[in-house]
Amino acid sequence: MGFEWSVALRFLREGGMQTLLIVAGTTIGIAVIVFITGFLGDLQRDLIKRTLGVQAHIVVRPAEEVARPLRDAPAAVTQIPQIQTRAQRLRSVEQWQSLVPVLADTPGIRAVSPVAAGPGIIARGDASKTVTITGIILAPFVAVTRLNEKIVAGDLRVDPGDVLMGVDLARDLGVGIGDKVRLSTPTSPGYAYQVRGIYNLGARNLNRAGVYVGLATAQALHALPGGVSSIELAVDDLFGAPKLASRLGHAMPHEVESWTQANPQLLAALSNQTIMTLLVRFFLALVVAIGVSSVLVVAVVQKTKEIGILRAMGASRGRILRVFLLQGALIGASSAVLGSLCGYALTSVMSGILRASDGTRIFVARLEPDLYFYTFIVAAMLGVVAAAMPARRASKLDPAMAIRI
Amino acid sequence: MNAAIIELADIRKTYNEGTPVATEVLHGVNIALQAGEFACLIGPSGSGKSTLLNLIGLLERPTAGSYLLKGRAIQQADDDERTRARLRTLGFVFQFHHLLPAFTAIENVMLPGLMRDGAFTREHRVHAQQLLTSVGLADAMNKPPNQLSGGMQQRVAIARALSLSPDLVLADEPTGNLDTHSADEVFALMRQFNKTKGTAFLLVTHDPRLAARCDRTIELRDGSIVSDAPSSAASTVEHG
Repeated sequence: MGFEWSVALRFLREGGMQTLLIVAGTTIGIAVIVFITGFLGDLQRDLIKRTLGVQAHIVVRPAEEVARPLRDAPAAVTQIPQIQTRAQRLRSVEQWQSLVPVLADTPGIRAVSPVAAGPGIIARGDASKTVTITGIILAPFVAVTRLNEKIVAGDLRVDPGDVLMGVDLARDLGVGIGDKVRLSTPTSPGYAYQVRGIYNLGARNLNRAGVYVGLATAQALHALPGGVSSIELAVDDLFGAPKLASRLGHAMPHEVESWTQANPQLLAALSNQTIMTLLVRFFLALVVAIGVSSVLVVAVVQKTKEIGILRAMGASRGRILRVFLLQGALIGASSAVLGSLCGYALTSVMSGILRASDGTRIFVARLEPDLYFYTFIVAAMLGVVAAAMPARRASKLDPAMAIRI
Repeated sequence: MNAAIIELADIRKTYNEGTPVATEVLHGVNIALQAGEFACLIGPSGSGKSTLLNLIGLLERPTAGSYLLKGRAIQQADDDERTRARLRTLGFVFQFHHLLPAFTAIENVMLPGLMRDGAFTREHRVHAQQLLTSVGLADAMNKPPNQLSGGMQQRVAIARALSLSPDLVLADEPTGNLDTHSADEVFALMRQFNKTKGTAFLLVTHDPRLAARCDRTIELRDGSIVSDAPSSAASTVEHG
């Protein structure tokens, strides 16, 4: 390949401004692809985090109770039973205490938090609101939901007699830290609890939807002695959650639901976003390839005489072909290196500009060796593909004709 | 001096064959060149000189006839084999120099070696230096072609044609656009390599002065050889 390398490099150098311009154009295209690819994941993770609020990635809850027809029909008889869907009682996850350590040891699961949640009413004086009353064990619950980051007043504690609520619910009821509220449920007349902490999840409806108490308190309120209504899980790989959920679902007699099943519209929005960016990246790559191709087509015309003389001197068709394929690969590869640098720079700049509503950064610039490696390989291959047509044309030139020019 | 390098028998060449505008430009040419010969090909414009040279140089294929290159039938060989034969057996010098502008003078001379061996080696460089010194360009080796005069470029082209010690150098009007002094120098160089290295030369020329100084003159007219004789005789009869 010594000959091909020498000639390809010299031809590119001789191209001067032409080579600089195509490398610049290709670099910009690749930089934008690297930028989009690099921050899309962060952007989506951030969006999911904010939209889910304190929802877990995966929830394990008791399998639904189903109604069955009372008798089996003889084989010859077609049976048209009318089956009403059963009303679902609040039930405990069976064997949850032995299940928790098993889940905690499952690879891919970051945190496991058993909770006891059910409907209730929160009242202060004449004002009352229906809410979900959720009993939690603080440490694992914080590990799953990061509630600690959202506390805006008071403490994050759920000792007996404590209750945590959202800012909007607190405002509706006119309560502050230390005030008393009454929690009651269909199964319990309820008692007075003290507001211990107030949190802000970033969305009004989430801030009004529920309150948190200690697990034992909730078990008493919901008449679930010693039980939990569900086990909430946080996973390492957000987008791997559906797969993990279905695997867990097959392994245990419970219903296992991932965040994607609980929020289908969010998933649809995200996958549309993914498809859109895929399209943008594909067309950028196409534009880049066409650019490389057109520059090489021109180069072949410009170098017709040189190609002729090389052929006359004894360079085979294959060698001329490789000289031009190599030029495509070199343009692609060098642009990939420059484009990765520019993409990183662009990410750094944009992470300061694109911010969430609360002013925090949505994504941070990170060096991603894997991304750069694949960019390099793909760009070099793209260059070769783009060079295929001009290179073929160069190799097919009739040397006798080319020299006469 | 008696091994035939090329033997052409009844070579015909038709362009646009099979169409209404088909033109036969060579009508049954017979030429044999022996090792170490120094021959020239003369004839008016359009007589088929360049076509014949391209056929001999394996850049085109004859429509009919037989061509033996060093005793081997070559006209039906595939493109790669003909390319290899060009690299190892033949050297080219063209009228308009045709050096590669992206390479320096010495690199141009080293290119055939790079093609054969796949890498620039020290031997290639030493050999190229010797060749360029022998054509009087010891001081201009590292200059790009566009900084060399026409005569100097043609001398580089001759050094390049000789770099793999071919059996035959084909020169298409090598002095065609040089002044008389440079033309004489370039011609003298080819003559010198013919004597010292025993390389055969076939020159296409319009210059009767140079034709007279070749050993043998082949005259082509309207696609047929009209005379093929030792030079002094031919040049007194014809001067293209």
